[in-house]
Amino acid sequence: MQEIKRGLIIFLLFTILTGLIYPLFITGVAQLIWPHQANGSLITKDDHIVGSKLIGQMFSSPKYFHGRPSGVSYKGNISGASNAGPTSKNFLKEVQNQINKVREENKLQNGLLLPADIVLSSGSGLDPHISKKAALLQASRIARARNISVEKVQELIYKNTEPPRLKIFRHPGVNVLTLNLDLDR
Amino acid sequence: MSLKAFMFNEFLFISLLLLLTLVLAVPLGEYIAKVFNGKDTTVKSLFQWLEKLIYKISGIDENKEMSWKTYVFSVLIFSIFSIFGLFLLQELQGHLPLNHEHFGPVRWDTALNTAISFATNTNWQSYSGEETMSYLTQMLGLAVQNFVSAATGIAVCMAFIRGFTRAATNTIGNFWVDLTRSIVYLLLPLSIILAFIFISEGIIQSLKPYVIVQTLEKNSQIIPLGPVASQVAIKFLGTNGGGFFHANSAHPFENPTLITNFFEILAMLLIPVALPFAFGAMINSRKQGWSIFATMAILFFVEFLTATCFELKGNPLLKQLGIAGGTNMEGKEVRFGIISSVLFAHSTTATSCGGVCSMHDSFTPIPGLILLFNMGIGEVIFGGVGVGLIGLLIYAILTMFIVGLMIGRSPEFLGKKLEPFEMLMSVICLLSPPLSVLIFGGIAISISAGLSALNNFGPHGLSEILYTFASASGNNGSAFGGVNANTLFYNFATSLAMLIGRFTTLIPALAIAGSLSQKRFIPKGSATFTTHVPIFVWLLVVVVIIMGGLTYFPVLALGPILEHMLMHLGSTF
Repeated sequence: MQEIKRGLIIFLLFTILTGLIYPLFITGVAQLIWPHQANGSLITKDDHIVGSKLIGQMFSSPKYFHGRPSGVSYKGNISGASNAGPTSKNFLKEVQNQINKVREENKLQNGLLLPADIVLSSGSGLDPHISKKAALLQASRIARARNISVEKVQELIYKNTEPPRLKIFRHPGVNVLTLNLDLDR
Repeated sequence: MSLKAFMFNEFLFISLLLLLTLVLAVPLGEYIAKVFNGKDTTVKSLFQWLEKLIYKISGIDENKEMSWKTYVFSVLIFSIFSIFGLFLLQELQGHLPLNHEHFGPVRWDTALNTAISFATNTNWQSYSGEETMSYLTQMLGLAVQNFVSAATGIAVCMAFIRGFTRAATNTIGNFWVDLTRSIVYLLLPLSIILAFIFISEGIIQSLKPYVIVQTLEKNSQIIPLGPVASQVAIKFLGTNGGGFFHANSAHPFENPTLITNFFEILAMLLIPVALPFAFGAMINSRKQGWSIFATMAILFFVEFLTATCFELKGNPLLKQLGIAGGTNMEGKEVRFGIISSVLFAHSTTATSCGGVCSMHDSFTPIPGLILLFNMGIGEVIFGGVGVGLIGLLIYAILTMFIVGLMIGRSPEFLGKKLEPFEMLMSVICLLSPPLSVLIFGGIAISISAGLSALNNFGPHGLSEILYTFASASGNNGSAFGGVNANTLFYNFATSLAMLIGRFTTLIPALAIAGSLSQKRFIPKGSATFTTHVPIFVWLLVVVVIIMGGLTYFPVLALGPILEHMLMHLGSTF
């Protein structure tokens, strides 16, 4: 019966050690050394927080690059995916609608194959990136809507394509929010 | 970038990752052996005061060892306190601090399910974190269980190994001492290092309330915050896998870059890969450690390559609609792409981690089958911290029993005679999880409470149910997330499955250790079957595949295999 008492005490001790001391220590150091990252990599523009570099946003205006479809409409208080299986009728119908929408918005010809990421939803519903191909196919729409040259838009796409990490890993894609911020500048 | 350069980069990512894991795991294994043999290490000289302090406050005599029955009793007592404490914390969170979003008490069946889930190292989640749990509940409840449930697994594994190293004794170690050493000398120091790497890359660590921002298009968006990095570190090191956020490691705040993805996969593999080497060091036969590692590594690679090939082929139905290559990016993040997502998914089910960086429900059928198979064979390809090695050693006991029958000698393993008691316990350990999967799965497909929660129909619906119970019974915690598991039926059924999965591994393992530690070593003879040679590795691989294959083949044929064929025929549901 002594083991019951020991069990209770040791449970409480580890609760304090790993549940309070450890996370508070990490939080303290994080706020001291990496305050930007620890508080969500927030981006400010004209003294307002406009979002986080890591969290995708909902864009529907033709003047902005659009991100991937999202199961949670980029609300941020929730995250998640469609969880649709590969043979789901509803899912395939949804994808067809998305394909039609992207083709229409960007005035693409009907047979053109689309990059997968721009018509399929992400795992988090908050994916901040799209592939370079998915950005490039929107370039002429943006140029028209903003009355600037396509070359200028393409230049910004390349600028916002994140470089491969450690110079060797695959490049992670184009950050839609920072790209759109550059367009507004 | 050309396809060739692209494949080269992906190849480099994977080889670097797996190589680094091995390079770190070998010395870590030696270190673990030292820690649990009570030898001096540098880390010990730094933290010994903490270990002693814990013993002093809780009145533990570190030299007093336990019989296997007392060890079992202590594990059970500790688990009961864990479940009870975590349940209570969730119900009281509304009255406690660090609850900026004013979350009320968690619905009782969800809270019970969560408490059992985290205390059994499963970390199955039927709630979504950012909408349900206060910062305090995450830190003081969920993160604590990430530590102690993992440490319990390691402790029991060490006691199990002692069964092979000792002779003519009744004791197999002291649970409180093993538990404390796991945390103080292994999990806590590694978590601190990892948490800092994560934060520098962008994983958040903040106790401030959620931020409301106005987006470029003048909509409002909520940026959630929380003490995430400290929890994600132990989530992987302890092969727990419970996400701070609903989207788990697909969420950009839980896994923002390829570098964090790299370290998350590394962290979940690290201790499970190190344990075979610790085993080798403890039984004083490093070759034996390598042969156990080789068995796991062979299975790991063959399955990973298969899964990658099929996922890269994409979905023909998407190709028909007009997606280039039919690339299956549904449920995957652009920053990770296909190959890293498959490696993550394979590693998380091979170990019993259960964290996800892409949605398993949306994988094509054959990769989905491999994830199911990983869990079905009991997560022994590296496996959960501690319990994975236990599982594989129990397969090894079964293998030696079969070998003994084939060569007509009484079976033995590592100089210990295997008798009916050990075989009975091994069979309980190996058969209980599949029984639980098939019985609960059978119930779920026969009642409307089981079927109405599904998100997909046809064979994929069957896969969803199968995955749910394979994950719960295997204490994995990942999900085919389409199932709406936050219902009374699923909360109860998965709770039971998790308890069965956990304790039919831990209790038989301790019973075997207790029985083996009483036996004397049999001297090696000319007819003794050596167990650190390639033929043993192959036998073990075959036994694992046959056990897994025979048990699940019929239902896998009706689920993913059928779906694969129908997908290529163009059928939809």
